[in-house]
Amino acid sequence: MSEIVDILISASFWAAVIRIASPLILATMGELICERAGVLNLGIEGIMVIGAFTGWMAVYQGMPLWGGVAVAMAAGMLFGLLHSVLTVPFGLSQHVVGLGVTLLATASASFAYRLMLPQVTSPPKITPFQPLYIPGLSDLPWLGAALSQTALTWFAFAVAGLVAFTLYRTPLGLAVRAVGENPAAVEAQGLSVTGLRMGAVIVGSGLMAVGGAFLTLSAFSSFFFEMVNGRGWICIALVVFGAWKPGKAVLGAILFAAFDALQIRLQQTALGAVLPYQLFLALPFLLSILALILMSRRAEVPAALMVPYNKGER
Amino acid sequence: MTTGTFTVSRRGLLLGGAAATVAANLPRAGLAQEPIRMAGIYTVPVEQQWVSRIHIAAEALKAAGTVDYTYTENVANTDYPRVMREYCEAGVKLIVGEIFGAEAEAREVCAEYPDVAFLLGSSFMPDEAANPNLAVFDNYIQDAAYLSGIVAGGMTKGNIGMVGGFPIPEVNRLMNAFMAGVREVKPETKFQVSFIGSWFDPPKAKETAFAMIDGGADLMYAERFGVSDAAKERGVLAIGNVIDTQPDYPETVVTSALWHFEPTLNAAVAAVQAGTFKAANYGTYSFMREGGCSLAPLGTFEDKVPAEIKALVAEKEKAIRDGSFTVTIDDSEPKSS
Repeated sequence: MSEIVDILISASFWAAVIRIASPLILATMGELICERAGVLNLGIEGIMVIGAFTGWMAVYQGMPLWGGVAVAMAAGMLFGLLHSVLTVPFGLSQHVVGLGVTLLATASASFAYRLMLPQVTSPPKITPFQPLYIPGLSDLPWLGAALSQTALTWFAFAVAGLVAFTLYRTPLGLAVRAVGENPAAVEAQGLSVTGLRMGAVIVGSGLMAVGGAFLTLSAFSSFFFEMVNGRGWICIALVVFGAWKPGKAVLGAILFAAFDALQIRLQQTALGAVLPYQLFLALPFLLSILALILMSRRAEVPAALMVPYNKGER
Repeated sequence: MTTGTFTVSRRGLLLGGAAATVAANLPRAGLAQEPIRMAGIYTVPVEQQWVSRIHIAAEALKAAGTVDYTYTENVANTDYPRVMREYCEAGVKLIVGEIFGAEAEAREVCAEYPDVAFLLGSSFMPDEAANPNLAVFDNYIQDAAYLSGIVAGGMTKGNIGMVGGFPIPEVNRLMNAFMAGVREVKPETKFQVSFIGSWFDPPKAKETAFAMIDGGADLMYAERFGVSDAAKERGVLAIGNVIDTQPDYPETVVTSALWHFEPTLNAAVAAVQAGTFKAANYGTYSFMREGGCSLAPLGTFEDKVPAEIKALVAEKEKAIRDGSFTVTIDDSEPKSS
């Protein structure tokens, strides 16, 4: 037990938690915006791959790191546009379109990679974001080490704050939330349901792509085909876990990251010598399912989630 | 694999056909023997360390004019038999690949095409009766891994972190040989072993390596991409595996245990040329005495590795090559100590 306490109070553990949580927070915010507007976006996994690829490739081609983030966001928005055209005005099945976008985006990344780098033996590296030195904060004894994070991590938390503020404190946010609850009422107000939903999906997809770009521009320094490795699907679950509320979703991402950082360290304790490693790898998922059961009892699902809106239809 | 759906204009077809005929006829004049038509089928991109060694050996033979080599990468295990059949139907004479995830199905295809030679990475032994045309291989580079362990033992203060993908024989064998090499020098070394349950998740491998370095590791065994990056960031050392990673991390990677696929492939191609290709275990062509593996040059660490360690490596390497010392092949899952 004392070993676990030692892990939990170490600054390096919490630094790892924040690192692991950052891409999840970005992509979860993206998914949350889509779902609050009434559109389930299963394209998230593929859009994260596109973000990871385009952001890294832009930097490799000579753009600055923030330029890579912008390129990733733009590429994600492009796939968001495709998703939203098919699901909003055309009203097609959001499950089928989402999975289709994931397949298309993943395959496009592989294809573009092979076209641009036909003759390599290991993917080239870029110089990724480095931990920021913040005068005052970084010199604090415990906190300084735990908050030794890259600019993109700070950006992720800023985005979460911005999303929460926009959704709950601005007329635009009210309209986005309303369009996910009662699109007919939004229409009656003279607002465009189609425009709001498409906008939400496009912006949300952009954030998902930045979440993917975090993996290649901050967490690591080059691109591998399967490196997103299911993180997108985790974000879908985190939105549900957070009961479609930004603050709770951030908390969920941090909780999941904490379980993950903990299991990596538990493998090296006395427990690791007894239990098979697969059990540790499954731990974050098992604990998240447990937390999901407890948290979701009072969740309020957006009433019009996955319900296409046709103007004038009764 | 979608040739049938291409639409080609008549002019394009004629020009392309003419070019292909010329290209096909030109090199033949200068060669004693026609190049063998060879195909590689891989379940991962050719960037992956393991497959990259096969790909490089094949490209070298292609450049030498010995084989006519094409490849298909990223083939799902469920698609593997189909791609095998397509190449067989297209008249390929030698197929190289890896069937760890499609053992039974792939062996059925081998039986259907007795005239094609198959050289496939496999966890099982060849079966003369059922598949006389299937030879198997794997990267048996425990010799080089053992030597890299001796170097690691000379560089660590006694705490080594090891991050692997999955504990399959190919991975375990090298980890165990590495650990045996370390213990040769520092028997009391503590090992932290983790598997991340994925072949391609460098951010996760990096996080795992960070956790081990936080736990006191001063040297990392870099089986996965991402581990050397963590070592570099924290200023600890690393030992590479299968490919030489020192050029990317000159101050971090001390040495690497290299796999050379050339002896395996050359033996297979020679057998196909001679018409004597048969079921066999080509795994031994990866042994050090066959030239199938080696310890990468110390390079930037030439002056940093202690002289007595270098002497011990040289002594053991000589013993391995002349057969007086054999590195134990241990496929069991390594555990933290």
